[in-house]
Amino acid sequence: MKLHVNGIERSLDVDPDMPLLWAIRDVLGLTGTKYGCGEALCGACTVHVDGHAVRACVTPMRRAEGRTVTTIEGLSPDGSHALQQAWLALRVPQCGYCQAGQIMTAAALLAKNPQPSNDAIDAAMAGNICRCGTYSRIRAAIRKAAGLPPDEGSGQ
Amino acid sequence: MVLRPVAPGELRSPADFQSIVDRGARSRALFAEAGGVLQHPRCVNCHPNGDVPHQGMQHTLHDPPVVRGPENDGVPGNECTTCHQNHNQQLTRVPGAPKWHLAPIEMAWAGKSLGYLCRQLQDPLRNGGRTLAQIVDHSTNDELVAWGWSPGHEREAVPGTQKQFGALIAAWVETGAQCPAEDKE
Repeated sequence: MKLHVNGIERSLDVDPDMPLLWAIRDVLGLTGTKYGCGEALCGACTVHVDGHAVRACVTPMRRAEGRTVTTIEGLSPDGSHALQQAWLALRVPQCGYCQAGQIMTAAALLAKNPQPSNDAIDAAMAGNICRCGTYSRIRAAIRKAAGLPPDEGSGQ
Repeated sequence: MVLRPVAPGELRSPADFQSIVDRGARSRALFAEAGGVLQHPRCVNCHPNGDVPHQGMQHTLHDPPVVRGPENDGVPGNECTTCHQNHNQQLTRVPGAPKWHLAPIEMAWAGKSLGYLCRQLQDPLRNGGRTLAQIVDHSTNDELVAWGWSPGHEREAVPGTQKQFGALIAAWVETGAQCPAEDKE
């Protein structure tokens, strides 16, 4: 089946029920997207399908057929996306495992809502879990990427 | 009035109500039967009276945390279809159906009485702008409504079949769409 992944048209001979995450990681070798829970409960595998955030671990390939898929590798060609730069500037990651999913969810948010309120950020990010507890830095980095001033008392 | 006994999880058919001579009483009885569907958690959970979907047989708040959003389908980055597909998923147990989303807040059913639902279903401001004929069609044929009878993963289905439910709603409309007496709403 055909789909566009990070701007490149791909033709994959895979089962339509294969999770998109399997195709991304094991068939295409794009390992930036992580396997977390496998049940759409943690957000580590978040990618975009036609600009919408989806959990690749529960998204069957047939949903992605003919669509445009963007993974963390395709967010920018050189790591220059405002979110990636903000993540670096504020040293957001600790272990880093969840961060690709965090950034992809944040990117879907900013694409639709370029200057989100803290409530909007929290609502968008609520399903992305970070076991290191980097949530305050994630929110600060989203605000920075959006060109919003730091929150008072955030230490940023 | 004694109606034909039915097992739990079944619905009576409109013919079972022919013994009720009074047309208004028959209409109200038909609606009460349909109420076993309308007030089942499978239906009410996605007609919440707040901004968070419910889940389970006890109407607990949706976990992971999600919100209604302006279009009743979540918010950017955390949409209903970020996780839910157009079909139930066997291995991950994530429920799904086409058009997976919440009913608008004006169509909230959680915490409402059967009498309230009866009047709400007939009010275009609170029923999605539908005529009664469209309510019958929605009840009988809508593919997201249909999920209630095929919820997957050992979830308890709503009673009867969608065809039977549609027939009850149609018979209720044909008998004048009468409602239970006013009650505390």
